[in-house]
Amino acid sequence: MIPQGPKLGNHPTRFRLEGTPVITVMFGSMVTALPVVVSSPVMPPFGLLLLLSWRLLRPELWQAWIAVPLGLFDDIMSGQPLGSAMFLWTITLIGVDSTERQLYWRDYWQDWLIAAAAIIFCLSGGLLFARLTGGGGTMMLIAPQILWSILFYPFVARQCAWLDRWRIMA
Amino acid sequence: MARPPSRRPGQNRKAQYSLFASYVVAVTGALAGLLLIIIAMFDPTGFAVIRSAGAEVTRPVSSGLKELVSGIGTVDERIAAFYKAGSQNVSLRRQVDVNRTRLIEAAAIEQENVRLKKLLKLVDEEKDEVVAARLISSSSSSTRRLARLNAGRAQGAYPGMPVRAPEGLIGRIYTAGLHTSDVLLLTDSSNVVPVRRSTDNIAGISTGSDDGSLTVKSLTAGRNPFKPGDILVTSGTGGIYQPNIPVAIVVRIAGDDAIAVPLASPARVEMVMVQRPFEASLSRPAGTATPGTPPRPAPVATSAPAPAAIDAAPPASDPTDNAASIAR
Repeated sequence: MIPQGPKLGNHPTRFRLEGTPVITVMFGSMVTALPVVVSSPVMPPFGLLLLLSWRLLRPELWQAWIAVPLGLFDDIMSGQPLGSAMFLWTITLIGVDSTERQLYWRDYWQDWLIAAAAIIFCLSGGLLFARLTGGGGTMMLIAPQILWSILFYPFVARQCAWLDRWRIMA
Repeated sequence: MARPPSRRPGQNRKAQYSLFASYVVAVTGALAGLLLIIIAMFDPTGFAVIRSAGAEVTRPVSSGLKELVSGIGTVDERIAAFYKAGSQNVSLRRQVDVNRTRLIEAAAIEQENVRLKKLLKLVDEEKDEVVAARLISSSSSSTRRLARLNAGRAQGAYPGMPVRAPEGLIGRIYTAGLHTSDVLLLTDSSNVVPVRRSTDNIAGISTGSDDGSLTVKSLTAGRNPFKPGDILVTSGTGGIYQPNIPVAIVVRIAGDDAIAVPLASPARVEMVMVQRPFEASLSRPAGTATPGTPPRPAPVATSAPAPAAIDAAPPASDPTDNAASIAR
């Protein structure tokens, strides 16, 4: 379903323009509140996928610091040590900023590649931090999660684009 | 597609400063995150208050949804059960008959046990269950294996308390909030459980492997005594877990280790029980056990009693009591 076009003379509210992306990322982080009890890390990190989708779809939307509060919220929800996503997501967004300066042409495939690199970085960094703070596990443990997070990214990006149309149309 | 508009603000001094400031904020935030992790390395449960505040907010959603969809991870099992229904029914019926006699024996042994303990003036716990609750969600995207329980300090659940399901051990409470607490599952690699084989007293140490299985190391020197099919129960060493709670079944041998699978799957259990730590329940003053309480059915009838004890206790010394415990 494609949202209806803008009504003449209407403007979306500021809350809708700026709040929608933040709220969707927070909802993505809250997926862990679903009543699914699993015994290995299988759920893709929806918060991260949504953050990347919004950032790559709308480069002008956020500065890199937005990852600090969003990452903190994700840590509170996810069970990772506090500060893990806060650090990794911020470094990721700074990395995306610098990549954007290097690339001259950008399309769907480059976005997916950037997202894949970011997912690998964040999930393996999360594993490292979990190990440092008393947990365990090897790369083999998160390899499936990395794989289907990467495969899932285009779908999430698509939903973001759909939501973005609604966001900017009053 | 051409690259998106550059973020470089050109000659505008004010815009340059604001971009620079935004990076300063971002890097500071990232460093703050790193600092939090360094603190967590020395005190892993230090920020439990913040996390349990978040858990309190999502608790109504999680437990509400849990009521709606119980056993979301068992769909495949149900389909398989549908196809096997006929043959399974027959074999289960036979098994029930066998188990019934075993249960009667077990109840008799338990009574005998209570009587002998009283003779020895051993302190027995009056009631070791603190609260029964549900597992409402878990750290499904993280490598830590934590599940969230919808009971906290207000219900009497405190960090360190063991959590078990009727099928077996689940883990122990890691952090506790007001109405929710995080349970460190058996399969987390920081959860170490002293176990023994149910048929004899071969002791071992079970450690989680984070992928849903456990690694069991034998405490005896020499070759690995475990073999596939062995049932492991808690040994009670260490003073957290009550002895004889079923833990896992050995599925594979890998060198000096045995790979085991927990008997109670956190995804499937309906209710779990929070218990008092074993040591704490032992150190309570003697005489709290009321003599008239009927014995609860033994969680496992595998405590390998001496055959003489079975002969000594008439199997149906108190038929009503036995019937009651079987009905339960």
